[in-house]
Amino acid sequence: MVKSDFGYNSKVEGEVIVTRADAVVNWVRSHSVWPMPMGLACCAIELMASGGSRFDISRFGMEVMRFSPRQADCMIVAGTVTYKMAEVVRRIYDQMAEPKWVVAMGACASTGGMYRSYATLQGVDNIVPVDVYISGCPPRPEALLDGMMLLQEKIRNEGGSLRRTFRGRTVETKIVS
Amino acid sequence: MDAATLLSRFPAAQDLAGKDMPTFRVAGADLLAAVRFLRDEQGFDLLADLCGAEWPDRPTRFGVVLHLLSTAGKEYVRLHVDAVDDRVPSVSSLHPGANWHEREAYDMFGIVFEGHPDPRRILMWDGYPFHPLRKDFPLAGIEVPLPAADVAAVTGQTVEPAPMMGGPFVSPGGKLSEGEPSALDQSWNEQQPKA
Repeated sequence: MVKSDFGYNSKVEGEVIVTRADAVVNWVRSHSVWPMPMGLACCAIELMASGGSRFDISRFGMEVMRFSPRQADCMIVAGTVTYKMAEVVRRIYDQMAEPKWVVAMGACASTGGMYRSYATLQGVDNIVPVDVYISGCPPRPEALLDGMMLLQEKIRNEGGSLRRTFRGRTVETKIVS
Repeated sequence: MDAATLLSRFPAAQDLAGKDMPTFRVAGADLLAAVRFLRDEQGFDLLADLCGAEWPDRPTRFGVVLHLLSTAGKEYVRLHVDAVDDRVPSVSSLHPGANWHEREAYDMFGIVFEGHPDPRRILMWDGYPFHPLRKDFPLAGIEVPLPAADVAAVTGQTVEPAPMMGGPFVSPGGKLSEGEPSALDQSWNEQQPKA
């Protein structure tokens, strides 16, 4: 809330709050991220721990993990993406409704990690656009929470809120009123 | 079971004088009969492992190694089979657990198991043109298209050789606490190409 563009102007009578549509939309989105846990390797264990009571990802409004891409808007790629699995990851990303974000959790999802081999995709950003990279092998739940808070920060500050680009192609989200 | 038991039944088998367990080399034609003999008459009822192997300097380059366990007698026996023309009879009919092991040996080495009920790849995707555990296959990989053409078209991504940064990395020998894995040939890396 600190950095958002909300303001109450006492000069305007009738208790009207004036803001930009972007700010409202982004504020709403940032506090109800529905993650899609793309658990592919050991990072998924830390992801599960983040959902548990000790680390409690629901403090940040993102505990509603959905295993169906059509009901999620943030894919957390937790683990090693092989070339065989890359197709599946991309198809699941394509099935998610806009707006959507991707978090690359851990060394493998970010860069291929220690798997320098014929079978491993060297970073999931080769097939889907990634918003936040989290280091660690695997990252602790605190690191995941930090990454997700970074994502919230990014969502709150998205300008023109509804347009994203990937490899030169622009994807636009329309608001239906 | 002592070595003479199997050798008397299969005179063509060769005793390899294994140090840890009885070890024999049997011909591919004898394999099914030998495994059945060991299972039904000697009590080796569990196929502990079946793996492919490559010996680049031998006339038959590929082979298969089976480890059989007698759960009653608590002893192992090891069978070597040379893959003549890269072919070995499948033992899936005798030990159903061999099914996926044989698929993996086919996937990684290209050894064809004759009579296998489901001779597909198991790790790499169908249509992958190489067998990655062969010694002439580079660890980094060889560039081929992604298995899904539509995903490849959208992302522009291929299956590309991994950056090795001077690797592959091996342990230095001696105590692991006194050195970390490093490349055997450190004369080149990503900045300085291989001479």
